[in-house]
Amino acid sequence: MTSLQTTDPLLVVEDLRVAFAAGGREIRAVDGVNYAVEPGKTLAIIGESGSGKTVGCRAIMGLLPGTASISGSARLRGTEMIGLNDSELRRHRGQDMAMIFQDPARSLNPTMRVGVQITEAIQTHRKVGKAEARAQAIELLRLVRIPAAERRFHEYPHQLSGGMRQRIMIAMALACRPKLLFADEATTALDVTTQAQIMELLLELQAELGMALILISHDLGLAASYADEVVVMYAGKIVEQAPARRLFGAGGTVKMRYTRALLDAIPHLERAAHTELPVVSGRPPDPTALPVGCSFAPRCPAAEDDCTAKEPALAEHAAGHRWACYHPCENGVSA
Amino acid sequence: MTAQTSATEPLLSVRDLVQEFVVRGAGGAKGGVVQAVSGVSFDIMPGETLGIVGETGSGKSTLARAVLQAPRPKSGTVVFRGADLTGLRGGRLLQARRNMQFVWQDPFGSLDPKWKVRSIVEEPLVAYRDGDRAARRKRVDELLNLVGLDPTRYAGRHPRELSGGQAQRVAIARAVALNPSLLICDEAVSSLDVLIQAQVLNLFERLRRELGLSYLFIAHDLALVKQVSDRVGVMYLGKFCEVGPGELVYKQPLHPYTKALLDSIPSTEPGAARATATIKGEPPSPIDPPSGCRFRTRCPRATDQCAIEVPQPRELAPGHLVACHHPLTEPAPADAAGAQPSDSVPSTAKAQG
Repeated sequence: MTSLQTTDPLLVVEDLRVAFAAGGREIRAVDGVNYAVEPGKTLAIIGESGSGKTVGCRAIMGLLPGTASISGSARLRGTEMIGLNDSELRRHRGQDMAMIFQDPARSLNPTMRVGVQITEAIQTHRKVGKAEARAQAIELLRLVRIPAAERRFHEYPHQLSGGMRQRIMIAMALACRPKLLFADEATTALDVTTQAQIMELLLELQAELGMALILISHDLGLAASYADEVVVMYAGKIVEQAPARRLFGAGGTVKMRYTRALLDAIPHLERAAHTELPVVSGRPPDPTALPVGCSFAPRCPAAEDDCTAKEPALAEHAAGHRWACYHPCENGVSA
Repeated sequence: MTAQTSATEPLLSVRDLVQEFVVRGAGGAKGGVVQAVSGVSFDIMPGETLGIVGETGSGKSTLARAVLQAPRPKSGTVVFRGADLTGLRGGRLLQARRNMQFVWQDPFGSLDPKWKVRSIVEEPLVAYRDGDRAARRKRVDELLNLVGLDPTRYAGRHPRELSGGQAQRVAIARAVALNPSLLICDEAVSSLDVLIQAQVLNLFERLRRELGLSYLFIAHDLALVKQVSDRVGVMYLGKFCEVGPGELVYKQPLHPYTKALLDSIPSTEPGAARATATIKGEPPSPIDPPSGCRFRTRCPRATDQCAIEVPQPRELAPGHLVACHHPLTEPAPADAAGAQPSDSVPSTAKAQG
């Protein structure tokens, strides 16, 4: 993203690469990713399973196992996050950046009362007494709109619904008022009404706290509804990036055929029952044996010889809109 | 659906189905009774697809299992092809169920990891002693081709050597092996990536056309259910709030809960979802559901009547039933607890995609 506005970006990711060794072969999970997030804005990173959307963000958070080899740069408020050791990272995690995950049930300790878990999160990062931490925890529960916060403080995770547990996770993530929150499929496991509640909560908190949000999701609908900027990933690379308003809705100008395919494959309410969904055949390439040229070419209806010969570079073809394709869609529609 | 349906008997006819589970508190004391399914009735005609939507805990999966008699429902009848499954035992139940097959959410959880694809797809044929070995082999090849898997490449593989979409295709091949007339799909595509999901949905559609299959299609995704269904039922806390032709339920929802669900769907219109107000709070416990209408504690239109009287299903348009004292065809009641007059006018009940 180029600087359309004069605001300094909060997070600048440059040429981020993550690779794993698997049976003597290299899996390039994230392969040269660049993006920036401005304070208070929402970026959605969209992709299928294995596209590298989660791995890239975990690399920035320092949550990948030691077997991952990470290179490139991710500067948060000017400070490089890649290559920090554990204790240095711990200073940034919570204070500057935090993450919530898909399955709140597995992220919470089932044997501890939720209040104690939030208090622990506060005391890990701040030198405060027990009573003060407890007061802050109850305040956090109120912040995430949990009714009867004093009572919920003493409950165990199994006594709470999925939506409530995700609110607890958000409360813990916000304990130190981070500037950046990664939400990794944070509403995927929730029902639609609960998902709408959690997304509304996240947006309200974002406005209250001036925090930037990175939504990691497979759901383009979620990105269209809630994000300012959208990044689409395929096989470890960004294939398209644009403001949400440019991509979606009436007059949307999706350029990548992969993004178009994702949009078309979503069942939506306007479509009549029993109609055939437009599909692309095949599945994402084997990450240990990526094709030469464009990774999507083997599945792409518009692929020609140049696509399989040389990989199209991600370039800014229109103001704020980057894509990596030799034969992009015209007017957002597949020819 | 073709014109023949008017004259035929329903393929599946479920009446007043009730399923309850006793939960145990500390020390094994009786903690309460989960009223998972509370008096559900519906028909599925030959070749028809009934979709069921509902949130976690609405009882939709329990309903599917109660139809299957696993476990048996507490009361009610499940008449499938003329036989009441609730009255059948042992071999007779197995024979009756042969024409009713299932596809579950997690293909890897429902395929034996030690078996090869060929044995997995062949198993129902062996179990029902269908044909000799050569005939079965031929049938497995046919079935794998039907679901778009090349038998020469995939028959010898184990489930772990398949992607999620391929594994779900194997589960579907196994489900249609005995030429069933009804396929019950419980969140059958929910765990798949969107491009693979579209492929599997198209496969279901093709099987419907080519084999004349009926479906009971259960999912939490409203748009998904609309895509495959002729009729749609909306479940909340063990009961149907609304059942009707798919187009009508989505375009002119009659129940406030249906409208709330529709309003919660993220849209591919930028910023659209931010404007919609959805329902607040969480579903009450099915151990102690609210009196009267079970949705009343979260309903903007609820009145005193809703707390006292259980709303019975009413047919407000041909084939379109709603169980609500104050359906969206009427103006919001003046004494409603959380009525928002400007928002509750019936004409706003448009389906936003």
